[in-house]
Amino acid sequence: MSGYLLRRLLIAVPSVIGISIVLFTVLALAPGDPFEELATNPAIPPEVRANLRAQFGLDDPVAVRYARWFGSMLQGDWGFSFASRIDVDDLILQRLPVTLFVIGMSQVFALAVALPVGVYSATRPYSIFDQIANTLAFIGFSLPTFFTGILFILFFSIYLDWLPFVYRADIAETGWRWYWEHLRQSIMPIAVLGLFQGASWTRYVRSAVLDVIRLDYVTTARSKGLAERVVIVKHVVRNALIPVVTLVALQMPAVFGGAIVTEQIFRVPGIGSLLISAIQANDTPVIMAVTFVFAILVIFFNLLADVLYGWLDPRISYR
Amino acid sequence: MAGSTPASPTADAALPGLAARRTSLGLEAWRRFRRHRLALAGALILGLMILAVLLGPLAWRVPINEIDFAAKLQGSSLAHPLGTDDLGQDLLARMLYGGRLSLAVGLAAMIIAVVVGVIIGAIAGISRGSVDAALMWLTDLFLSLPQLPLLLLIIYLFRDALRALAGPEVGMFVLIVAVIGGFRWMPVARLVRAQFLSLREKEFVEAARALGATPLRLVARHILPNSLGPVIVAGTIDVAAAIIAESTLSFLGLGFPPDIPTWGRILYDAKDHLDVAPHWAVVPGGAIFLAVLSINYLGDGLRDALDPRKVM
Repeated sequence: MSGYLLRRLLIAVPSVIGISIVLFTVLALAPGDPFEELATNPAIPPEVRANLRAQFGLDDPVAVRYARWFGSMLQGDWGFSFASRIDVDDLILQRLPVTLFVIGMSQVFALAVALPVGVYSATRPYSIFDQIANTLAFIGFSLPTFFTGILFILFFSIYLDWLPFVYRADIAETGWRWYWEHLRQSIMPIAVLGLFQGASWTRYVRSAVLDVIRLDYVTTARSKGLAERVVIVKHVVRNALIPVVTLVALQMPAVFGGAIVTEQIFRVPGIGSLLISAIQANDTPVIMAVTFVFAILVIFFNLLADVLYGWLDPRISYR
Repeated sequence: MAGSTPASPTADAALPGLAARRTSLGLEAWRRFRRHRLALAGALILGLMILAVLLGPLAWRVPINEIDFAAKLQGSSLAHPLGTDDLGQDLLARMLYGGRLSLAVGLAAMIIAVVVGVIIGAIAGISRGSVDAALMWLTDLFLSLPQLPLLLLIIYLFRDALRALAGPEVGMFVLIVAVIGGFRWMPVARLVRAQFLSLREKEFVEAARALGATPLRLVARHILPNSLGPVIVAGTIDVAAAIIAESTLSFLGLGFPPDIPTWGRILYDAKDHLDVAPHWAVVPGGAIFLAVLSINYLGDGLRDALDPRKVM
C-alpha cells in the first residue's frame, strides 16, 4: 500500500513542476511588470528602481527567475500581499479552511444525491423515475452555478426569507446557536455547488451501473439466490464506481471553478473570493499563490482518486 | 436480466424494411436524429435564438445604451417588453445585442478547441513512441490545470495590453475566445487519438497504404473523416461549456467591459438589485440556461445519430 502511494506521489511531482512552469510562463509572458506601481510613482528616482530590480533579480534570465520563484514557493515563502499588508501564506491559510469545508460538504452532498438516484435509475432503465431523473440531471448540469445561486437567493432569501445570503465568518453567537447559524449560512453555497456536481454524477453513475448490470457475473450472483440489495450494493455498485471515480477526478478543476463562483455569490470568505478581490486590487503575489494552491488541490484530489481506485479495483492496486 | 436491458429505448422499434433501403450516411444520421424529440426541440430553440440575436436588433430598434432614469428598474411593459435596468436601459435590446456576443464566443471558442484538439490528437495518434507520449503528457497536464483560476490569471495579466492593441471589444473577444478555446481542446485530442489508434490498423487504411498513399493523404482522406463523429458531439458540448465559461467570467466582473452587455455581464449588473428587480437577473440567466440546455440536448441527439453501432 505504502509503495503504491509513494509511486503515485512520485508521479504527481512532474505534474506540480509542469503546472508551475505553465503558471510562471504566463506571468513571464505578460506585458507590464509587477513593480509598475513603483515605476509610475514620481517620488522614486530611476536609480532606486534599477537597484530594486537588481535586488529582486527582475532582469535575470527567465530560467533563473523561474528557479528562484519555484524554490521560494516550495519553502513556503509566498511573498507579501500588496493589498492586505500581510504574508500571502498567512492570508491563504486563513481562507483555506472555509473553502475546503464548502467544497468537501458539497461533494458529500453531490454523492448523497447521485449515488442512490443513479443506481435506482439504472436498475429500472426507461421507467418513469429514470426519465424524470434523467431530465432533472440534464437541467441540473445545464444550469450554471451563478444562475442557480441567484435563483436560490431570490427564492430562499428574498421570497421566503428563510436563509441568509451573505456568509459571515464572525458570528457573535456561542455554543449551539453558533453551529446553527453556521449551518444556515452554509446550506445555500453547499447546495448550489453540490446540485451542479450531483447532476452530472447521476448520469455517470447511471451509465456505469447500466454497463455493469448486464454482465454475466451479476446474473450468477442473482442465481445464487442473493438478495437483490446485496447484488446491487456489493456486486454491481462497487464495480460500477471504478469509471465514475475517473470521471469525478477529471471534473475536479471544474469543481474549483464552481467554488470560486459560489464563494463570490454568497460572499464566502474562502480563497476563491480572495482570488477575485486580489484581481480587482491588482495584487499579483496573491493571485499567483491562489492559482498555485488551486493547482495543488486539483493534483491532491487526483491522488485521492488514485488511492480510491486502488481500493475499488484490486486488479490494479498496489502493483 | 443479463442482456435483457435494451441498448436504447427504441431498439425494438427499428423497422426491418428500412435497413434494406439504400440511404446515404447523412440521411441515415438525420433519420436517427429526428427520433430524439428533445434534441429536435433543442435544435429548434437554438435556431430561434440565433435568428433572434441576428435579426432582432434590426426589428427592435431601441438603442442599448439609452439612459432614462424615469423608467428605471421597471418590469415588463409595452415600451420595454423585458423591463429595464437601473439606468432605465431597455433589457430586450441589451439581451439581443449581448446574445450575439455570448453565442459568438461559444462558437468561436469551440472552433479553436476542435481545431487544436484535432491537430494534437491526430499527431499523437499517427506517430508512435515519444511524440505520442509527450503530447499525451501535455494533454494530461492541461486536464489537471485549474481552469477558471488560470483563465482569470491570464485575463488579469493580458487584458490591458490587448485592449490597447485592438480596442476594448475586439481585444477582449480575441482574448476570451483564445483562452477558453485553449483550455478546452484536451477531450477532443483524446477522442481523436483514440479513434486514430483503432482506425490506423483497419484494413481499408492498410489498403490505401499499400496503394502508395502518403501519410498526409492517409490522415486527411481516410482516417480523419472516419473519426469525426465523436468530435462533432464533443464540439457541440464545447459550445455550451464555452458559453458558460464566458458568462462566468462576465459574472465575476472580469469579462467584457460594462458597456458591452453580454448575458453574463447583465446578470452581474443585476445581482445587486435582486430584491427590487428580479426580472433583470432572471431574463439573462434564463437565456444562458436555455441556450446551454438546448445545446446539450442537441449534442445528446447527435451522439445517438452519429454512432452507427447504436441500434435505432
